[in-house]
Amino acid sequence: MGRTAKIARRSLLIGSAVAAGGIAFGYWRFVTPGPNPLQTGLAPGAATLNPYVILAPEGITVIAPRAAMGQGAQSALALLLAEEMDLDWDALRIAHGPPSDTYYNGAAAAEALPFVPADHSLLARAAREAGQVAAKFLGLQLTGGSSSIPDGFDKMRRAGAAARAVLLQAAARRTGLQLDVLKTGNSAVILPDGTRLRYVDLIPEARGITPPQDPPLKPRADWRLIGQRVPRKGIEARSTGTERYGIDMVLPGMVFATVRRNPHFGAGVLHLDTMRAASARGVKKVVPVQGGFAVIADNTWRAFQAAELVKVAWAPATYPADSAAMFAEVASSFTDDRRDSRLKHVGDVEAALSAPGAQVIAAEYRAPYLAHAPLEPMNATALLKDGVLTIWAGCQVPLYAASAAARAAGVSTDRVTLHVLPMGGSFGRRLEDDFIAQAAEVAAAIPGVPVKMTWSREEDMTHDFCRPLAMARGRGRIEKGRIVALDLAIAAPSTTASQMGRLGLPTMGPDTAIVAGAWDQPLAIPAVRVTGYRVPEMAPVSSWRSVGASLNGFFHEAFLDELLHAAGADPLHERLCMITDVPSRKVLEAVGEMSDWGAPQPDGWGRGLAFTLSFGVPVAEVVDVEPTDQGLRIRRAFVAADLGVVVDPLNAEAQMQGGLIWGLGHAMGAEITFAQGAIEQRNFDSYPFLRINQCPEIHTRALEVGDRVHGIGEPCVPPAAPALAAAIFRATGKRLRETPFSLQVGFI
Amino acid sequence: MRLVVNGVAHEVEAEGDMPLLWVLRDILGLHGVKYGCGIAQCGACTVWLGQQAVRSCQTFLGDVDQPVTTIEGLGHPGALDPVQEAWVAHQVAQCGYCQSGQIMQAAALLAETPQPTDAQIDDAMQGNLCRCGTYPRIRAAIHAAAAAMKAG
Repeated sequence: MGRTAKIARRSLLIGSAVAAGGIAFGYWRFVTPGPNPLQTGLAPGAATLNPYVILAPEGITVIAPRAAMGQGAQSALALLLAEEMDLDWDALRIAHGPPSDTYYNGAAAAEALPFVPADHSLLARAAREAGQVAAKFLGLQLTGGSSSIPDGFDKMRRAGAAARAVLLQAAARRTGLQLDVLKTGNSAVILPDGTRLRYVDLIPEARGITPPQDPPLKPRADWRLIGQRVPRKGIEARSTGTERYGIDMVLPGMVFATVRRNPHFGAGVLHLDTMRAASARGVKKVVPVQGGFAVIADNTWRAFQAAELVKVAWAPATYPADSAAMFAEVASSFTDDRRDSRLKHVGDVEAALSAPGAQVIAAEYRAPYLAHAPLEPMNATALLKDGVLTIWAGCQVPLYAASAAARAAGVSTDRVTLHVLPMGGSFGRRLEDDFIAQAAEVAAAIPGVPVKMTWSREEDMTHDFCRPLAMARGRGRIEKGRIVALDLAIAAPSTTASQMGRLGLPTMGPDTAIVAGAWDQPLAIPAVRVTGYRVPEMAPVSSWRSVGASLNGFFHEAFLDELLHAAGADPLHERLCMITDVPSRKVLEAVGEMSDWGAPQPDGWGRGLAFTLSFGVPVAEVVDVEPTDQGLRIRRAFVAADLGVVVDPLNAEAQMQGGLIWGLGHAMGAEITFAQGAIEQRNFDSYPFLRINQCPEIHTRALEVGDRVHGIGEPCVPPAAPALAAAIFRATGKRLRETPFSLQVGFI
Repeated sequence: MRLVVNGVAHEVEAEGDMPLLWVLRDILGLHGVKYGCGIAQCGACTVWLGQQAVRSCQTFLGDVDQPVTTIEGLGHPGALDPVQEAWVAHQVAQCGYCQSGQIMQAAALLAETPQPTDAQIDDAMQGNLCRCGTYPRIRAAIHAAAAAMKAG
């Protein structure tokens, strides 16, 4: 049995272990939809055709059961359903719907499997499908991992097609006409004489019809919404201040709270004196909560003010106290006993690197902790009344959050209702349910009264579950203008173990996140090895937009740029020689064409190129920088990505721009550092991000080459930092091996 | 104290050092104005004091001596201001959380500089942070709004 097969067997074990005997029923049963959660609480006169569609006399609602956090997944999912159901796009409503394991995300686990995204083997496919089984049993109604579109591409279209089939049958029943003479369009069945029967008028007949299990889907040539520049839902609300985010929740009789928790993660309270705060204006109560205290007042500002009056002594941190000690721990983790994975090992790397006379280049890279810091700080509104807990919050893991809230408030899970609200950004932060549990705990302290808990920005930034810090050590050998050997060792804490640990879930085997974006790159090098080392957790860490690839894209590509430079090779042409995957080749060619690669640049400018395949999406980026008297100015950027199918081109463009900006902005100036066990950065003055005056002119191109559909929320992040580093090297001669780059160069 | 917001007079009973942001959100229930940082670093709370765009998180109730305009006073669904129309046409918003502030800042810029250059846009808008990275579309929407307002 070859290596790949052994890995496949191991990963399948993960799937079958959590399925706990369920395999016996046969795989196909687990991926059919569960009971329809919309049946509960359905308004009189309304009907639900399947878990994704509600028909009511006043209109049609599409359930897009993924978090709305700016990435556009809800709108794109609704678009897929609307395509097959022939809905009037302008008239339909979108709702998140109730938390339910019916809405499991079968694609979210796929990224964690030890198969390169370009692997289309039977084993790789089987393992990805086993991920679907696992996800359902884990209750993974999860938004993340750029998985909403790959997960929903078939599901939503099938749901739309099934609903359409029911409505056609309903119309046939009403009219006595044969099915094959009926057509559909703009939320109506169209009779041969042109008469339109609105879907919502067919509710009585539709109720009694069983939807088909496997309705045929439209051929691509018939798509009229998918791939078109269709305006995104929700834009008008977000341009008029009328979108209601979690922080905007209002309930009759509601009170306002804020919390302070020990900034030393996981540590408790030694001493608490709430006397002055309790008598401050507007304060109703000051109560202890897990690891801290909450102030409940008659408005948010008064709660913030009173929290300053509480005297508290925090227990010390149990992990290394400052960033220097933390990086020392990382640096000492390149050892056999901390070795976590070696998913790529081709040729004899040691022999190639130690050959007499070999031209070997070695470099060490590092990157700091980073905060998610979505602009809407963590918040949640909760009401505990008569033993029933109701919560309103932004959330990427509603089922886990509901059960965490139940535990925190001391009620059973079946007595909790969680309403998932739109989010002012997330970037992975709301994969954590800490703040939701905390709101439940606060609500339990003031039963019968709805309470909106809002974190201050300072509380938010100092209690983020950061992207891990990491280091990489690269060695490479150059021969006759080519890279002939590459050895990349990466050491980082495990985000997967840290996150799963908080959810109470076991993890097994290596954490692919430690090496994602490095081990899985489609480049042919005669001798290549990528090794992951697991650093002990220290401060808790979590998924941050593009997760491991956000670090390793930088390490891998920036070091590759060093090697290519030493080899005297052209960064684009040599990558095209090394690339082994067709879609990846196409994006490199595209970015070359878009940027007019090879054409003379204005005097003094530097141009950098980087390529990362992550979340199944190959992305190539070119960045141009100009040194000026006021510092470096990023002038232009070019982004090419292959999505397989571009479902929503306007949103894809937005995500390509936003992903690039996210990558550039953090590489330029952002870091989270620790001192005395606590995060030092408290607000956006010390955690800077790219501003409009620093934003380059951006050109994007989304390709449709590959045979699978992919999400675009994350994959454009990883190449941005290394492309910028390469451009700065060309412009200034400075090789940047550590982010933020502002430690070594100035930006405009 | 008396406060005129979006043309409506309110009598507000609160501390003079309470930031206008929280008066608007928690007392008057105008949630279009957003809390992002509380220290005038992000611009999500931008409103107008008279004709001027200010950060309401650093504007204290006791200092408010002019009428206040929030995003709700600029336009609303079905009756958009030209700046909001441009924002919709260019599909600017991603999460949308910063956009009330962005739009109020942009509208103030256009009132003073009807045909701004990219450099003038960068200068006026650099206090408004967007974590999603909508800047390219913000620039395009401001230019489009300027053109639409010129055409009348």
